Amino acid sequence: MSRPFKEVLNSGEFVITSEIGPPKGTNIDKMLHHIEILKDTVHGMNVTDNQSSVMRLSSVAVCHIIKDHGGEPILQMTCRDRNRMALQSDLLSAYVLGVRNVLCLTGDHISLGDHKGSKQVFDLDSVQLIAAVRNLEQGQDLGGNKLDGGVEFCVGATATPEADNMDSQLLKFRKKIKVGAEFFQTQAVYDMDMLKKFMEHAQQSNTKVLAGILVLVSAGMAKYLNANVAGVTVPQELIDEMAGAEKGKALQKGMEIAARQIKQIKEENICPGVHIMAIGKEEIVPEILQMAGV
Amino acid sequence: MIVAEQKPIQEIKGMMADYQKVLIVGCGTCVTVCMAGGEKEVGIIASCLRMALQIDGKKPELMEDCIQRQCEWEFVDTLKDKVDGVDAILSSACGVGVQALAERFPNKPVYPALNTTFMGMPKEHGLWIENCRGCGNCGLGRFGGICPIARCSKGLLNGPCGGSQNGKCEVSKEMDCGWQLIYGRLKTLNQLDQLEEILLPKDWSTDRDKGQRKMFRGDVYYEQTV
Repeated sequence: MSRPFKEVLNSGEFVITSEIGPPKGTNIDKMLHHIEILKDTVHGMNVTDNQSSVMRLSSVAVCHIIKDHGGEPILQMTCRDRNRMALQSDLLSAYVLGVRNVLCLTGDHISLGDHKGSKQVFDLDSVQLIAAVRNLEQGQDLGGNKLDGGVEFCVGATATPEADNMDSQLLKFRKKIKVGAEFFQTQAVYDMDMLKKFMEHAQQSNTKVLAGILVLVSAGMAKYLNANVAGVTVPQELIDEMAGAEKGKALQKGMEIAARQIKQIKEENICPGVHIMAIGKEEIVPEILQMAGV
Repeated sequence: MIVAEQKPIQEIKGMMADYQKVLIVGCGTCVTVCMAGGEKEVGIIASCLRMALQIDGKKPELMEDCIQRQCEWEFVDTLKDKVDGVDAILSSACGVGVQALAERFPNKPVYPALNTTFMGMPKEHGLWIENCRGCGNCGLGRFGGICPIARCSKGLLNGPCGGSQNGKCEVSKEMDCGWQLIYGRLKTLNQLDQLEEILLPKDWSTDRDKGQRKMFRGDVYYEQTV
């Protein structure tokens, strides 16, 4: 059985988390395979919540499955699809199913996904969602009603170290800490200098920031990220490095880059941990960690 | 003002196909200013509809009129005689005007010629933007006069999301990030400290969420007898 994530977070060990993407449908074979690979490799498995606004199996259900298989789930909750009633209700549900960690996010806009005509919610924002979790911990809901049995979560949030609007992002970062975020998992970071700069701000507060490592699989992916994903900038030298990989070896190159960066983050003590995103290729995570020597 | 745009003529034709005598009524206020449903547009809609129906071998009688405001009884009531003589009404007002006609003329079918899009203003000639969602509890004072409910695509209250880049929204590179506008303006005003306050979840009961809203003012109220 894995240790509680909160315990690892406060242990001073280098923290490693990764991600499980629920399937679109009920066939969970591949996902179970990934859970089996990751459960003894990482300290926590984030379960994405209708990631990229694409409808999938729910993150609460998958967190429960991870728990059943002896892993430590981190429930991702976005504000896009549920109002404050549904969010709180799902937090209670997750708690009774044994989930003890939650990552609170805004969520992508509905127009980026596969139900473009759907009505989006955003009744709460990510700051208010973190506060709502802490409020439930006080034994009451947002309507001011008493709970019969409360919750206790390790609460995380996200940050974007490569954002071009750093001032306004830091405003929100401060608010998230103020309302009770204990840890952060960042958007993908490729420029270690930018990460260091962000950490200069972050270290002023006593919070744990896990650097987001998104494994590149091709030079095309890097260019796509630069053109289409806000707050992610892959430096030209990394694009060139990916493009220079031998045919059929691009993924290997992406793994090498990821491992190199994890190693640097650990050795230079830039961040107290990393969050590795392999997006459907979770079987490569153990090898990356081995290459990084962690 | 209320901004609207004309429905495709095929859709209007579909609604009018079964009627012989139709009164097309424009509105002389918002939709005239946004060039969607005033006197001039009523003429254009009538011509297009006439041609579209004639292609199907129909010869409808289309009458045209335009009143100053379809959202006030005193103007709506001037239509009574004309309405009596037609099979249906096609309103080129906003949704408020269409419903006013439906309420005033209970025995006549009323159809919309426009899609009511939003409350906003012409930013440039031919370009209208939404600026207010009518949430019923104005917080513009906190945000430097730029509304996060109307101008952030997610209506966030405590700062930008991670989807903001180069001052644009993740929804479209053509769309300004409302939060960057707010932040920039308060920076100019030297009022950034105002944003540090954590805003609690918004009370949406003043929005649409308590059903149809109404406003009563006893000081100006008197019961109208019709």
